Amino acid sequence: MPIKANIALSENGFVFNPSTGDSYTLNNTGKEALAFIKEGKDISQITSIMLERYDVDRITLERYLADFVNDLRINNLMEE
Amino acid sequence: MSKQVFERPTITKLSPGVPSKHGVGTVIAPMPMIDGVKVDDLMDTYGSPLYVFSERTIRRTMEDVKRAFSVRYPKVQMAWSYKTNYLDSICRIFHQEGSWAEVVSGFEYDKAIRNGVKGENIIFNGPAKSAEELEKAAKNGSFIHIDHFDELFMLSDVCQRKDIEARVSIRVNMDVGIYPKWDRFGLNYENGEAWDALNRIMLNPKLKLMGLHTHIGTYMMSTDAYRIAAAKLAALADEVAKKFDYYISYIDMGGGFASKNTLRGAYLSGEDTTPSFDEYAEAITSAIIDSQIKPDKLPTLILETGRALIDNAGYISGTVLANKRLSDSRRATIVDVGVNLLFTAFWYDHKIHPVGNHSGLVEETTIYGPLCMNIDVLRPSLMFPALKRGDRFVVTRTGAYNNTQWLQFITTRPNVVLIGMNRDIHQIRKAETLEYITVNEIIPEYLSKKLK
Ligand SMILES: Cc1ncc(COP(=O)(O)O)c(C=O)c1O
Repeated sequence: MPIKANIALSENGFVFNPSTGDSYTLNNTGKEALAFIKEGKDISQITSIMLERYDVDRITLERYLADFVNDLRINNLMEE
Repeated sequence: MSKQVFERPTITKLSPGVPSKHGVGTVIAPMPMIDGVKVDDLMDTYGSPLYVFSERTIRRTMEDVKRAFSVRYPKVQMAWSYKTNYLDSICRIFHQEGSWAEVVSGFEYDKAIRNGVKGENIIFNGPAKSAEELEKAAKNGSFIHIDHFDELFMLSDVCQRKDIEARVSIRVNMDVGIYPKWDRFGLNYENGEAWDALNRIMLNPKLKLMGLHTHIGTYMMSTDAYRIAAAKLAALADEVAKKFDYYISYIDMGGGFASKNTLRGAYLSGEDTTPSFDEYAEAITSAIIDSQIKPDKLPTLILETGRALIDNAGYISGTVLANKRLSDSRRATIVDVGVNLLFTAFWYDHKIHPVGNHSGLVEETTIYGPLCMNIDVLRPSLMFPALKRGDRFVVTRTGAYNNTQWLQFITTRPNVVLIGMNRDIHQIRKAETLEYITVNEIIPEYLSKKLK
């Protein structure tokens, strides 16, 4: 589940895709999840970490993480 | 360490050139409380969706409107427009505040009587009164506002046959410089129809002319339209005085003041554009005071204000059922409040607030209701925080028309609660049941047999 290598993620949650010129903004959980993806963690690892940090059940978290990864894909931020 | 609130992760594309609505611009404040009461507590007890009314807001708004008019004019009488919200408890608050009842059907008329309103304090409007209803209203001494000539003749006939008198007014429609013109109700001013009707009433021994009525439209943003309307009614009153040496008791300006809701698609918020009660009052009272009516003969000013008195006091709280992505990749949020419960979604861009805290970031979202119907859209497009399944929200300014025009459709209608003056909670309408919906159905014998 690799993210494209040249995608830049700033501290305050902005994402820049140099190949298209598009920029994006992330909320806090989006920022955190994307940072983990960039570090090379997979969804089950991210799920475990976020389950510890957030007041959320596993099913809800998995459902919305999957949604988020799909959003990244739709926006051409993931490697095919 | 306590865990953090989970907001579903979002990524939102920023469009170059277009000023960003993210972070700046759209601020959607959470709404954990209504009138000092926790929304979560209300919903835990009474379920979701839930209608909530604030008695404090109702009484405070009534004080506002009464003050605005009574500092400018000696005799002012409010009449609660039943069609705007005829939940009995809501009507009774208005009646306690001194409002008469303004009704437009036999059903509403009987509801007002049941709520303890005296017959002589009921204004009976509308184009569809039956002979029986006219007779009852006449006997009770209610003010019958004649809408058309057929009604004038029918009422005259009823009074003659039953040998009773009726206290009447006519509803007048007129050009007040707004488009579209509301000329469907009442008798026209400019073409002389209203004057003709007044002459017939004055010459009819069974009909006692009490006043003149108009209702120039609803959600009227123009105070000038009210000035024109009041001036025209005052001119009619003066013509009656000159010709018959007779002075009417009241001028009824109807309803129509805009609430602070924002009309669908309007660029500016209703909070910034809606005239205040003071501005409406200034327009109406100065037109009457500046007319030819003699100071000692000034008629009582009646107002049938509806939405501007109750919109702010009503809320619907609900719950997110699901999130979706539409084919054009826009976000959609599906909630348990449908247009059947929030009829005014067709009119207004209702404000929606999450109950809980959120990160402050918003994304473009369409909010759909739960009905299996394409028209079930609460907000076609708004910037909204990333709520997830189970999160709760509050829709504000829903007090007018939603509890009268609501539809029982696909499912039953939910509880309605009132937050009293001391933050005491009262259930004022119980959630409907299958039994309630089917009690009036009659199954023919041949369809009653058990299915094999
Ligand atoms: C005769 C009459 N009076 C009063 C009202 C209340 O109007 P509003 O809610 O716009 O104040 C209406 C609403 O249609 C009406 O028809």
